[in-house]
Amino acid sequence: MTEIPKEEYLFKCTSACAGCSSSLVLRYVLKAAGPDTVLVMPACCTSVIQGIYPNTAMNVPVYNVAFAAAAACASGMSAAFRAGKKATNVIVYAGDGGTVDIGIQALSGAFERRTDFLYICYDNEAYGNTGMQRSGATPTGARTTTTPGGKPDTKKDIDRIVEAHDPPYMATACSAYPHDLFKKVTKALSIRGPKFIHVLAPCPPGWRYPTEQTVEMGKLAVKTGMWVLFEREYGKVTINGPSKAAMIKPLPIEEYLGPQGRFKGISREAVDALVSLARRNAKRLSLQEEGVC
Amino acid sequence: MLTIATGNKAVAAAVKQVSPEVIAAYPITPQTEIVEQIAEYVTNGELKSQYIPVESEHSAMAACIGASITGARTFTATSSHGLLYMHEMVNWAAGGRLPIVMANVNRALGPGWNIWAEHTDSMQERDTGWLQVYVSTVQEAYDTTLMAFRIAEHHEVLLPVMVNLDGFSLSHINQSLETVELGDFIPPLRLPHAIDVKNPRGYGPLTGPEEYFKFRWDIERSMRDSVKVIESTEKDFSQRFGRSYGFTDDYQCEDADVVIVSMGTIGKEAEVAIDLLRKEGIRAGSMRIRWFRPFPKLDLSGRDVVVIDRDYSFGYGGILAEAVRSTCRAEPYSVIAGLGGQEVTYDDIAGFIQGRRPGEEYWFGVTPDV
Repeated sequence: MTEIPKEEYLFKCTSACAGCSSSLVLRYVLKAAGPDTVLVMPACCTSVIQGIYPNTAMNVPVYNVAFAAAAACASGMSAAFRAGKKATNVIVYAGDGGTVDIGIQALSGAFERRTDFLYICYDNEAYGNTGMQRSGATPTGARTTTTPGGKPDTKKDIDRIVEAHDPPYMATACSAYPHDLFKKVTKALSIRGPKFIHVLAPCPPGWRYPTEQTVEMGKLAVKTGMWVLFEREYGKVTINGPSKAAMIKPLPIEEYLGPQGRFKGISREAVDALVSLARRNAKRLSLQEEGVC
Repeated sequence: MLTIATGNKAVAAAVKQVSPEVIAAYPITPQTEIVEQIAEYVTNGELKSQYIPVESEHSAMAACIGASITGARTFTATSSHGLLYMHEMVNWAAGGRLPIVMANVNRALGPGWNIWAEHTDSMQERDTGWLQVYVSTVQEAYDTTLMAFRIAEHHEVLLPVMVNLDGFSLSHINQSLETVELGDFIPPLRLPHAIDVKNPRGYGPLTGPEEYFKFRWDIERSMRDSVKVIESTEKDFSQRFGRSYGFTDDYQCEDADVVIVSMGTIGKEAEVAIDLLRKEGIRAGSMRIRWFRPFPKLDLSGRDVVVIDRDYSFGYGGILAEAVRSTCRAEPYSVIAGLGGQEVTYDDIAGFIQGRRPGEEYWFGVTPDV
């Protein structure tokens, strides 16, 4: 098992909600990144979690920047550090709204320009900071405050969009698998160029499940095949162990949807759409792993 | 060295000499020549900057912000819609106390599409906390760009500076340009709040009303302090290189009965109009505003005032006229002229002065003449 450093870069007693998995994600990201790191952060839940001026809950510098601007800000920061012969890690830590919606242009530009940085999207599948409005990353059928009848549209596949930029490294991860996340961040930071890690981050108040089930919810997402853990390293796709197992024998999707209030009353059609999408993704990734496509 | 250059190339030449660590820019007419020239300098090795060809102006300013907070010297250039597209980040740069220098080639706003000179673009950034200066010649564009870095980066200022030059009527006009040997005119940048991983801090986190209010006041305090920094910088520039400017460029104002107040290239044209009027025995003068933020103290007492605005605030009036009216207690004759690149000749300007109606507003080419 991977040795996780004891050093903490995210202090205790933050203003995160009880059971917040995005804080777990950040904790392991920073343990992997270490002290020579700057976080660039657009508006997101972590804007609040980091604390109120003059305090900070982070033991690395955090540059807060406007919603659409994170990847571009990181471009400038990375260029300046590299010009000054500094190897400092520049990590964007952004939510799904700041990534798949308002921040996507800057993200695309930074990846196209081969910016040396790591972009982490922690995905709680809605605008959590503002009280759970739909985002492009909200899955079909999920109720949010702006889709009270359940979202009719499909979750935007940001991974395929990022893949189209052919980054040297990209991966998915999940807060329920911290060792896997730690290894992926470590590997990403050892590679020069634009890196992307998309982390599923279950959200108790937004998804409406009991706070103590936050780790279980992440595991169920993977075990039902609703979330696939994979890496793409210099074009080569590898599906990671837990998802390999889930592809052979997935748990019924109802085990994942059932405990979540956001899916209460979801239509049969929406469930079928979720299952069908998950199967298509699994098939595509398997073919990619085999090198068929 | 004496040479010939356009306004755009003069800006690029100054940037090359100042050598920012990071330049991020997105092309837009009529600014393109600046970013093309800089890309050429970087490609042929004359300029050792990191050049980031971003995908939008919003990202141009965001990249400058990310670079600047590490303590790096940064530059960008834009115009018109580009400036407005980066508006959010323009505010962020000033609020973050980042001494970014930006050239803005003044251009009208659509619709309809119009690529010619107008000041409404930069006027819409008036309240962002940026210092704003408007130039009128190629030489002045070069000299002012050099001074902008020293002023922005001065420890008593640490605010961004926008150098404004009129689209086409200056950006694309060839005039003589005398470049200088900079020497130590611009000291190395020392940003006191630069990111330091050994001293981790949060930049721009949630800030309560009381603290936020102090940060706003701090911007204003530095804006006020910038007055003496601008004066000392311009004085030093004059002593070293022999050219002096000031907050306003006054021409024949001492004994003038009527003063015409304007900005940019129209202000240079106005000097010719003053010569014509003086020949006819009319004691007129021209006061060309260079620094619009911080806005200078103007001495216009006891004279008639004519203000030319190459901009407009709908439902209120000319923006420069408004500033003159409120700071000088004057009742200017407010002329709205040159919008969208409308030609304004020295004869036209002489006509504004001769036909002045204090307290009234006149849209050149639209309002019926008297």
